[in-house]
Amino acid sequence: MFVRLVYESFRRQKRRKFLAGIAITLGVGVATAMIAVATDIGDKISRELRSYGANLLVTPQDDTLDLQIGGVDLKPPSDGAYLSEADLPKIRGTFWHHNIVGFSPMLPVNVQVRARGPADSVTLLGTYFAKQLTFGKESFVTGVQITHPWWKMQGAWPADDSQDVLLGENLANKLERNVGETVEIAGIPHRISGILSTGGAEDNQIVAPLSLAQQILGKPGAVRRLYVSAMTKPEDALARRDPKTMNPELFDRWYCSPYVQSIAYQLQEVIPHSHAEQIRQVAQNEGTVLSRIKGLMLLVTLAALIASALAVSAAMATAIFERRSEVGLMKALGGGGAAIASLFLAEATLLALLGGSAGFAGGALLARVIGQSIFNSSITIDPVLFPLVLAMAVAVTFAGSALAIRRAVKLDPVFALRGEA
Amino acid sequence: MTVVPQAASRRAAVRHPSMFLRMLVRATVLRRGRAASALLAMVVAAAVATTMLNLYVDMQAKLRKEFRNYGANVVAVVKDGQRLPDDALATVQSALGGRGLAVPFAYVVARTPGGQSVVVAGTDLEQVRKLDRWWSVTAWPHASNDALVGARAVTVVNPNSKLFELSFQGRNVQLNPAGILRTGASEDSRVYMALPDFEAWTGVSPSTIEIAAAGSPEEIGGIVQKLTQLLPSAQVQPVRQVMEGEARVLGKTRATMLAASALIILTSALCVLSTLMGWVFDRRRDFAIMKALGASERLISSFFAAEAAVLGAAGAVLGFGVGVGVAAWIGRVNFHAPVVPRLNVLPIILGGSVAVALISAALPMWLLQRVQPAVILRGE
Repeated sequence: MFVRLVYESFRRQKRRKFLAGIAITLGVGVATAMIAVATDIGDKISRELRSYGANLLVTPQDDTLDLQIGGVDLKPPSDGAYLSEADLPKIRGTFWHHNIVGFSPMLPVNVQVRARGPADSVTLLGTYFAKQLTFGKESFVTGVQITHPWWKMQGAWPADDSQDVLLGENLANKLERNVGETVEIAGIPHRISGILSTGGAEDNQIVAPLSLAQQILGKPGAVRRLYVSAMTKPEDALARRDPKTMNPELFDRWYCSPYVQSIAYQLQEVIPHSHAEQIRQVAQNEGTVLSRIKGLMLLVTLAALIASALAVSAAMATAIFERRSEVGLMKALGGGGAAIASLFLAEATLLALLGGSAGFAGGALLARVIGQSIFNSSITIDPVLFPLVLAMAVAVTFAGSALAIRRAVKLDPVFALRGEA
Repeated sequence: MTVVPQAASRRAAVRHPSMFLRMLVRATVLRRGRAASALLAMVVAAAVATTMLNLYVDMQAKLRKEFRNYGANVVAVVKDGQRLPDDALATVQSALGGRGLAVPFAYVVARTPGGQSVVVAGTDLEQVRKLDRWWSVTAWPHASNDALVGARAVTVVNPNSKLFELSFQGRNVQLNPAGILRTGASEDSRVYMALPDFEAWTGVSPSTIEIAAAGSPEEIGGIVQKLTQLLPSAQVQPVRQVMEGEARVLGKTRATMLAASALIILTSALCVLSTLMGWVFDRRRDFAIMKALGASERLISSFFAAEAAVLGAAGAVLGFGVGVGVAAWIGRVNFHAPVVPRLNVLPIILGGSVAVALISAALPMWLLQRVQPAVILRGE
């Protein structure tokens, strides 16, 4: 009898059920989409923040001091220690290699450049542009195109195994050279494949494939410093602790969190005789910006949840209020308050489950669309959320119905049936 | 007693506007519960919409402030073989007009008694502290000849943290290592000291001015242009790394906020729609009685429309107040600075609320108009 009542109610009042169902679907859909966006926004913004470039710098452990003023390297090339290029692919083998977006080795060399007139001393910076490397069976591409996204190029990037070079914008003006022409570096002519504009020191430098710089320096496999761009978790109290003072359990937790400090520690492990340090300008600010944006989205999601909960409750309350003559009839026929309430709640649950499922699917789709159109990468939704969202939908629908049911049940059947309420 | 003849004709209602008002007021007072719940829905919806719009408008300015922690976004470097004029810093500061920081830097390569080279920089340490907030410093120097020693330079210049000596072109200076500086970049290899001490020792004047200009990319572009004209001996460039990163992150956040705001406002409009529709539908007996007594459809429509509009406007004004409060609270919690209430949001909220209320009233009205009053009054 109970089941038939519910079934008939759905069959006969299609319009009302449809309206309430739509409200639940929309509410759940919006809530789902917002939860998905809010949980994923940290990751997405973290990736966008990588456009600030590398946040870790690896240098040889017993290096002498940098003598850099305004990007001009004054250090004699014979001075100081080097990292070995052969160790670089091992970065792919660290615990947090999925978080490492890319890395670029740098090797500055002072060279004599002749265009027209007398030779000039200029810094030539050897690096990877988009170098294909392999670690184990896995092959990957890394270089300044990934770690320094603000470098703008006019012309073409040189191949990493070529002898072509890039001229910094200001240097090109000074030497009066253009794309496709040649420039004489240390007595040998090299083709200029492009003009580089960075807004930094490189505008006055020559940027060349790493192998060319090593060749000029006469030190094959040498790397002066290594810029690593990694997605990290904002720093907290644990991150700042010295790993040497931690107990093993705490150390494991620290090691297995993508803090900038623990990634630096792991880089030192795989690259022998190296010292990895966070570039504080990038790493420290990343945390604050990220936490602000995450906080903002969290509060906005809260607002979305409240708004959709209210929309669902309001729709349910209206739907039940409209049916008070039905309640009157049931009461007149001898239906108890509990029986009537359970009938309505069963209907509400059914509606919530149906609308919730449809809303979840719609919300997941909506989150995908938002991810695609804003971040160019889809926001995937955790299936674990499904029962959670359904439970929330049922709870909100219940809450919305409860008050209206109570009022409908309390009403005298005579008034209800006469339509005077 | 008097209701019948007066409501009987449209002309009567026009002649007695007070009757119209009385009906409006009585309708609200007699059905307090339903009116209150409809008003509540309006208030909540308007509050949520106000919050979102306020946040959306203000978020950009708030986040820009956070992004200024990335330090200088414009750098003026002296051109080869030239010298910055003595009033260069004052020129830059007047161009900024108080909205930003400008810090001068001078560099030399000095030698330690052991014969090793180290870069020494002279700057305004008080200003650097504000400009480069990411610098991790054990103690900021205050006294004269106090120096800030980079974490990597420490081993070279004074391994035992006592007074140390540096020489530049035959002139020596004794410095006191007040604090240790750690940045993870080239600053770690340098020694920083106050500009007056530096100039007295080396006679070298600043070659670089780092500028953190506040504002939008267009405003900053304007400042770069202005400075290029004012300082012909320097090359003024925006720091692309900082500018582009900011533009990108800000753009994405704005877009996400816009999508979220649109969704939330849509949902709250839906909430209002279903509540108000229920409210009007619920009063179909009033509607039927008025019709049976001979009121024209236009009179009834305008009556319900006026009711909805009043409700919408009241809800919007109350909701605006609540929303501004919530936005201010979010600003304080998240950005540690209140979101300034935007009064220009009010007309949008007001218009939107009234429009939604009218739509919600029109829909059930349209349904009811097709039904005979007798059917409604029979309660079918």
